[in-house]
Amino acid sequence: MSDAAHIPDEAETRARWGGFAWTPENAEQAEKIIARYPPGRQQSAVMPLLDLAQRQVGAETGTQGWLPVPVMEYIGAQLGMAYIRVYEVATFYTMYNLAPVGRYHVQVCGTTPCMLRGSDDVLEACYKKGLKKGATTADGLFTLTEVECLGACANAPMVQINDDNYEDLTFDSMTAVLDTLAAGGQPKIGPQIERQTSCPEGGPTTLKEMVAENHDYRGRWEATGNAPA
Amino acid sequence: MLDDKDRIFTNVYGFQPWNLEAARKRGDWDDTKALLARGPDQIIEDIKASGLRGRGGAGFPTGMKWSFMPKEPKPGRPSFLVINADESEPGSCKDREIIRHDPHKLIEGALVAGFAMRARAAYIYIRGEFIYEAKVLFAAVEEAYAAGLLGKNAAGSGYDFDVFVHRGAGAYICGEETAQIESLEGKKGQPRLKPPFPAGAGLYGCPTTVNNVESIAVAPTILRRGAAWFAGIGREGNKGTKLFQISGHVNKPCVVEEAMGISFRELIDRHAGGIRGGWDNLLAVIPGGSSVPLVPAAQIMDAPMDFDGLKALGSGLGTAAVIVMDKSTDIVRAISRLSYFYKHESCGQCTPCREGTGWMWRVMERLRTGEARVDEIDTLLDVTKQVEGHTICALGDAAAWPIQGLLRHFRPEVERRIRERGNDGAMMEAAE
Repeated sequence: MSDAAHIPDEAETRARWGGFAWTPENAEQAEKIIARYPPGRQQSAVMPLLDLAQRQVGAETGTQGWLPVPVMEYIGAQLGMAYIRVYEVATFYTMYNLAPVGRYHVQVCGTTPCMLRGSDDVLEACYKKGLKKGATTADGLFTLTEVECLGACANAPMVQINDDNYEDLTFDSMTAVLDTLAAGGQPKIGPQIERQTSCPEGGPTTLKEMVAENHDYRGRWEATGNAPA
Repeated sequence: MLDDKDRIFTNVYGFQPWNLEAARKRGDWDDTKALLARGPDQIIEDIKASGLRGRGGAGFPTGMKWSFMPKEPKPGRPSFLVINADESEPGSCKDREIIRHDPHKLIEGALVAGFAMRARAAYIYIRGEFIYEAKVLFAAVEEAYAAGLLGKNAAGSGYDFDVFVHRGAGAYICGEETAQIESLEGKKGQPRLKPPFPAGAGLYGCPTTVNNVESIAVAPTILRRGAAWFAGIGREGNKGTKLFQISGHVNKPCVVEEAMGISFRELIDRHAGGIRGGWDNLLAVIPGGSSVPLVPAAQIMDAPMDFDGLKALGSGLGTAAVIVMDKSTDIVRAISRLSYFYKHESCGQCTPCREGTGWMWRVMERLRTGEARVDEIDTLLDVTKQVEGHTICALGDAAAWPIQGLLRHFRPEVERRIRERGNDGAMMEAAE
């Protein structure tokens, strides 16, 4: 498959990651995570621990991070799980990177609600900057992936880059986001047009008092005649 | 139009802070102890009387679902509430707004619902890509613990209740309740065969109820204002308020809370700035998220937006994710892209879905370009029927319905493309 992850050679991976261990901070965090589940059910922690590990690998490599085999083995050992059970989870969910990615993982949503509002233009902006689907740019900066619906459809089209959403994009604003990141800057997160979250552009059609103050609508509840006396 | 005072999610756009202090000023956590003092059975009765139907898509009566849980959990076999925040249905983006802007409504709802079903704890399963939203949720839960609203003697009620947040990692199928339970147990999210139903054997083999975020988050307000208040909004069998998510070809896409049964026209004109290019430019609407069949413009324009109103049109309310398509839309591509989505998200467990979703997508692409033969349309339709109803979970159905909807309403368009490429039936016969 052309879009399959290019996993580095195992000997190379073992040499680099064979000694993986939590940082003291993450070791503490891992214990906290495991404590969320009942005793004996520590396998439930495998997903958050994989995420934590990917982030640690990311911090060590200056990328979004990925999951080398020795790292998955390390988590399996901590949770008393066979390696294959960890691997099964890591390969099932799309957010675990099975191969190294760039510093910024550009995940363009291409599902119908985004498509209708111009995700083709967003992808085009990526291509114009030299990004290619399923590949990392030569400078190691950007990895491009077309992903499925990310749940921000009222702010389509959108892209998630590492932990941040950029929404209400156009060809130009996507280009600007990539330019800012390439220059080491931090683009404005969220809608790229004048707009408050998923509120209609130009201002709310409902609950207008909330714009200026933390309004309490309970004062008018009695008017319904249904409120308890 | 629904009056602002009857809107539950007053901070839906996040103009104001989400934190506990601000949430309390808006009315959350206001004497929750008194709500719980009514007792589990009365709470369930109230939710039943309110007419609340599940907001995750299926529309099952929420109070009835809660009543399936054991009245007296056995020692060593606690009951669990799992809150489905895996919002991944294309078009849906409402739970996100609840979680990032009004998380305390959800957390208070977790306590109220958990208490009513005699659960020991709630796990909120939030989709992995909601990274910021999960941060807010973790912080809000921490606030609630610090204020004594969760944990031992939660909110001074004498009841011990915990709420945990669990992040997913990118898998649409984990929105299916038994897949979600598998995922929570640290496995691949592949749905379980039912029965046993989760209320009998769910998370860790214990009695479990899985509810959507919105269903849980509206519960405290319903209890405070009374079942009659909620039941006084909407139509028979379709009560209350609902977060609508309007995307696609409208002038101002948005999320908005409205009364169930509001007409499509009013919803779009009042809140979404009208159809792009005017009402004459409307082609079709997917009214409830990608899994429900599309409805052509003429049929939906004045239709009531609720479970029964959309069912009557051969579609469904689903999550009330309204995807609007104007006449510039390549309707075959729009549906084919959904077919790709289902192919991508099939968990691979059942053969009809694993093989069928890919097959259906490939034929949809042939229909999109017009390189198919006319008789492939009927073959495709036939295959959708072979996938539908022949899988463990509803993903197979969800992959079949959009295609069936397309062919039901836009078959002439599909045939036109084929004819224009010159692959009509005559040619096919000649080839034989």
